[in-house]
Amino acid sequence: MNRTYYGKLIFELSKPGRVGYSLPKNEYEGYSLADLGATLSRQTKTILPECDELTVVRHYTNMSNNNFGVDTGFYPLGSCTMKYNPKLNEELCQLPGFNLHPMTPAKYAQGSLKLYDEVQRTLAEIAGLSRFTLNPYAGAHGELTGLMVIRQYHMSRGDMARTKIIVPDSAHGTNPASAAVCGLQIVEVKSLADGTVDVEALKPLLGPDIAGMMMTNPNTLGLFERQIPEIARLVHECGGLMYYDGANLNPMLGVCRPGDMGFDVMHINLHKTFSTPHGGGGPGSGPVGVRKGLEQFLPNPQVITKAPNALKDSNNPLSPTAYDLHCDDESLGYISFFLGNFGIIIRAYAYLLSLGKENIPMAGKLSVLNANYIKESLRSHYLLPIDTVCKHEFVFDGLREEYGGDHHSPDHVTTLDVAKRLLDYGFHAPTIYFPLLFHEALMIEPTETESKDTLDDFIAVMKRIAEEAKADPQLLKTAPHDTPVRRMDDVKAVKEPKFTYKML
Amino acid sequence: MPTNVTSPSLQGRAGSGSSFKYFPHTADDIQQMLDVIGVRSLDDLYAEIPEEIKLHRELNLPSEKSEEEVRCIIQQLAAQNKPLVCFAGAGSYDHYTPSVVPFLASRSEFSTSYTPYQAEISQGTLQYIFEYQTLMADLTGMDISNASMYDGSTATAEAMMMMVAAAKKRNRVLITKTIQPAVLAVVRTYAKFHGVDLVEVDEKDGTMDKDVARQLIEKDDVAGLIVCQPNRYGIVEDLTGLADLCHEHKALMAVNTMASALAVLKTPGEWRADIACGDAQSLGIPMGYGGPYIGYLCTKEALVRKMPGRLVGATTDADGRRTFVLTMQAREQHIRREKATSNICTAQGFMCLYVAAYLSLMGPKGMQEVNELSYASAHYLHDALLKTGKFEEVFKGPFLNEFTLRVKGDAKVLREALAEKGYLLGVPTLFMPGCLTIASTERRNRQEIDNMVELIKEMAL
Repeated sequence: MNRTYYGKLIFELSKPGRVGYSLPKNEYEGYSLADLGATLSRQTKTILPECDELTVVRHYTNMSNNNFGVDTGFYPLGSCTMKYNPKLNEELCQLPGFNLHPMTPAKYAQGSLKLYDEVQRTLAEIAGLSRFTLNPYAGAHGELTGLMVIRQYHMSRGDMARTKIIVPDSAHGTNPASAAVCGLQIVEVKSLADGTVDVEALKPLLGPDIAGMMMTNPNTLGLFERQIPEIARLVHECGGLMYYDGANLNPMLGVCRPGDMGFDVMHINLHKTFSTPHGGGGPGSGPVGVRKGLEQFLPNPQVITKAPNALKDSNNPLSPTAYDLHCDDESLGYISFFLGNFGIIIRAYAYLLSLGKENIPMAGKLSVLNANYIKESLRSHYLLPIDTVCKHEFVFDGLREEYGGDHHSPDHVTTLDVAKRLLDYGFHAPTIYFPLLFHEALMIEPTETESKDTLDDFIAVMKRIAEEAKADPQLLKTAPHDTPVRRMDDVKAVKEPKFTYKML
Repeated sequence: MPTNVTSPSLQGRAGSGSSFKYFPHTADDIQQMLDVIGVRSLDDLYAEIPEEIKLHRELNLPSEKSEEEVRCIIQQLAAQNKPLVCFAGAGSYDHYTPSVVPFLASRSEFSTSYTPYQAEISQGTLQYIFEYQTLMADLTGMDISNASMYDGSTATAEAMMMMVAAAKKRNRVLITKTIQPAVLAVVRTYAKFHGVDLVEVDEKDGTMDKDVARQLIEKDDVAGLIVCQPNRYGIVEDLTGLADLCHEHKALMAVNTMASALAVLKTPGEWRADIACGDAQSLGIPMGYGGPYIGYLCTKEALVRKMPGRLVGATTDADGRRTFVLTMQAREQHIRREKATSNICTAQGFMCLYVAAYLSLMGPKGMQEVNELSYASAHYLHDALLKTGKFEEVFKGPFLNEFTLRVKGDAKVLREALAEKGYLLGVPTLFMPGCLTIASTERRNRQEIDNMVELIKEMAL
């Protein structure tokens, strides 16, 4: 990206007496906040800045020029599915009709409730499951909600002993963390040399204390877990449920559905698979789906459709309420303020409608094509630990020795160096040092919205970086050179922590 | 190609390129790429998947739609909603959003980026989060803020888990029953599954019964107390003495506050609380049928290592310039896995930009004015409703912009009749039959209030 640096903070632009807002005149006489009295009123002054409108606009515009997004360039961040975020979706989510107070009676929110239900049904068909809640706010929140469903299911049967959950060693960090928040103990199952779950190692872990097993398929190495029917059978046989971490759903679209693989509960990241913007760390959306028989355990409130007969019997036949909110007594409870990140759900619906049944499967296939193309094109320069067809992403274990040096030598060119050098060439870096199975993991996920031309540029640059690593390792070790700012002192940020302007 | 894997139409599409606006692949591109990979078709890329679990049919979904068709469908859905003039709150408030805020938020350099792991090309995101952290820490009167939680209810649940984690051997957390019901419901769920012994402190005359809280805290087995400001009836509670009591008994105190009110009400810091949490939707974020909003969580510096979520810190780059990075990541799930302070990963980062831009425009004067106007309009409405003779007071407590009244007659009928006329009068007060909790903001003008009150006068209840 072009070099630019804008380091000012809004507090440094403040000048007493400036305002950036306009409010109506006070039309009410005889009411004053001062009447609340000193005991209940704020005594300390705020440090809120005082700025005019243009100052604020320029400030954030200049800041944005230091930022790299999908609209700026290729973003091959593994496990993050950084696909193009269509602009139509941004337009539609802002329609004034959607700006409802959450406690608006259902009768006046029929459009939003219908949209929720349509998305719910669409996801259920894509996943091969029965019903979805769209209330969870993000992937990790979806995991937590899904695990709560599993625990609620066991508790509803009076089976209180199932307090352990099996998680593969290659799992996303959120899996064990969500399980811990949910009050479950984690039992780790090892991977085989080919990166997939070791079924023989799994068997002895199964028993009456197992609530279920969490998996992502394809796994975090981008490999399809071929043994999944057998794994699901074994876990079900011991009384557990199968949880699908939907972070890697993209390549499976329309080809092989989690429900058909044997999963009972799953979440989908709308901000990955269904193109809603990541927003620099949210808001996302993590809908949770369940197999038939588990619907009643989903969180409240639930959006329901009334039977046609109920419509006829309605007291007010002129404005029938086809959709309503419902709270189920068997539900695990509430996990969100209301129906989740509704604005994100609108965007995902626009995307699903645009793609339709023809293009939803194409998205997955083209993402797999792109990933394999990069993998085959770069294995000459980067170490490919597992040589097989991958799905939407794959992992290199750093540079090959002839380019980056021996991985055991302290001065070898690391994955971090490669990642930082990529920034100089106008690409976002891949995910680095994850999964933890390899020391120099470089996890690449191109999505279907990237063209062969972009991939060819990326491949050429990755090869050039490998050549640079051989010829001039220092160039990489001091990279990036052409970004708005240079490598950060991360240690200083921890040792001399400064989290606010006041602390500077 | 195994013919049963995909529909003939898909094979045709692959053969002739994708012909879809979000897919750039031409037929030649696909062929060349397949050749490099060494497979014959796209379906060959899925050869390892057992046939019995593949989907041997098309998805049962509608066909692709053109841009205009999609626009039309979603516009029709929006038109089936009927936004009402909003006199409701209960955690979501209809405040004014300066046009600059959504305009700046539409900059896709911000919105289409990921969590700022690569700090060298993410200074925009990191800097607005740093500003957000500063602003929220300042508003709450605490030392530090994290880079957002999902919403106010999950932020409060995280505060509860923080208390238990900080206390080590204590597992009991007290929470006032006067907190917003939507918050209490979520905290209960988290407590149930996380194994926290959540004790709900009874209320008396519309505020938490401090004597009950005191007796519980004096048992010396409480990790923390969660109180709120204003409460579910709109009442501003007097929290005097509670923090000292907690601290004497080695418990923490958290205050849940509607964020806009922090500018004028005694802050969690001034109440000597250890944690401040709540929803920042009231800082200019549209009601949007419940989301996206942004939860905030602030605390004392001493508790930073117990804090969930992302934290942005200042540092310097190789050229010595002031820069910003994600820091203290050793607390987080991608490093600590099951030992992390929380499972939170993606939260509501982008909404930090909304909050930072909003507060930058409003400044101290604007925040004072917004609260002054909301206070005046809510009190005017309160008095006007009482004058109709169709409402009566329930509690005497002071309020900011939300209050609870009992309807003399059928509250449900009144609320529904007003909705027919285009007004959303409050929300039914939980466990208080016949009562409505009603809110107003600076967006409601006197004419709207007078018109609605006239309608109420004419109604037979």
